Amino acid sequence: MKNLALLATLVTGALLLYGTKDFPAWGDPDAPASTYLSPTYIEEAVSQTHVPNIVTAVLGDYRGYDTMFETVVIYCAGMAVACVLWRKREE
Amino acid sequence: METITAEIVAKYNYWIYVVLMMVGFYAMIGKRNLVKKLLGMNIFQTAIILFFVSTGVKKGGGIPIVDKYQALAGNIDAATVVNPLPHVLMLTAIVVGVSVTGVALAVLQRIYREYGTLEENEILEKTQQ
Amino acid sequence: MSREINEHTAGEDLLIKTSVRLMVPFIQLFGLYVIVHGHYSPGGGFQGGVILGAAFILLAIAFDLKISQKYMPVTVNALFCNLGACIFIGVGVLCALVGGLFLDYSALDRLLPLGEIEWHSFGIFLVELGVGFTVMSSMILLYWNLSSGGAMDEGL
Repeated sequence: MKNLALLATLVTGALLLYGTKDFPAWGDPDAPASTYLSPTYIEEAVSQTHVPNIVTAVLGDYRGYDTMFETVVIYCAGMAVACVLWRKREE
Repeated sequence: METITAEIVAKYNYWIYVVLMMVGFYAMIGKRNLVKKLLGMNIFQTAIILFFVSTGVKKGGGIPIVDKYQALAGNIDAATVVNPLPHVLMLTAIVVGVSVTGVALAVLQRIYREYGTLEENEILEKTQQ
Repeated sequence: MSREINEHTAGEDLLIKTSVRLMVPFIQLFGLYVIVHGHYSPGGGFQGGVILGAAFILLAIAFDLKISQKYMPVTVNALFCNLGACIFIGVGVLCALVGGLFLDYSALDRLLPLGEIEWHSFGIFLVELGVGFTVMSSMILLYWNLSSGGAMDEGL
């Protein structure tokens, strides 16, 4: 059982390390993640929302829908914990 | 050999995250105690969060808080500011991680209250009786 | 307020109790600062809400759950949880009601003409406030329930 788990871990790790071969180098400004959408955010966010903190602008405005359901997730987590653990006070 | 070394040096951050992720993965599938599985899941999550934040790094880039008047005049160069999108996604992912951990701990407490143990095989024995 | 805490026998050592009593107001002030200053510095609803929740969790750790429930009653906590979610969804619905898209804050300019771009900034602030309330009360609820096993009495 333990040996099987170790084998699975090593094989998965080796596959993931093989996958990093195609990744861009660390801190590469021309990486695909940094070229498609984020220059638009960096250049346009302040003039469109008047918020200098770009992270807040993207969080609250461009991705407002995402953040709304994030809030609902936290709300549901609080309610779920209260419902799962609820019991009467031992008087 | 030299190309492999150069490859590792250029991408050493991914190697660290893979090792961290595999530590969490082994804890999730190899351990019998449910709390240890939960801790493994948290380590796994941390590795993914670090990985996403590191994809936003640009060499020589500053924090994604810009000068308002400079930005309104259109003087911001996108290469001098790190990518803000992974930061936003991971900000929400961290909070969801806390919620998941909280609900999981609540379920574990409930399991302990019902069965008196958190070992996987003992719980299985008790459910089959 | 301080006399009631001193008379209460529960809790840790005198040194811890006194320092926690001094720290809690400043932690709450810092949490509010992080929420409202999120436009200009690192911060926002999620981070500030966690700091505000940490103030009450600190009270619950240093004294016991009863003391923290005296300053944040269970019903008020549930009210804050609902209020936060309602502020967020309410702002979105209000935008849709006055004729814009859901969560398109510039539509609120028709209610109060401040300028469309200023309304984007102010709408983000309202939304962050809602997120802060929900995160604060959820964190407190998680700690109360997990530390007392759902009984909400003495706690750890």
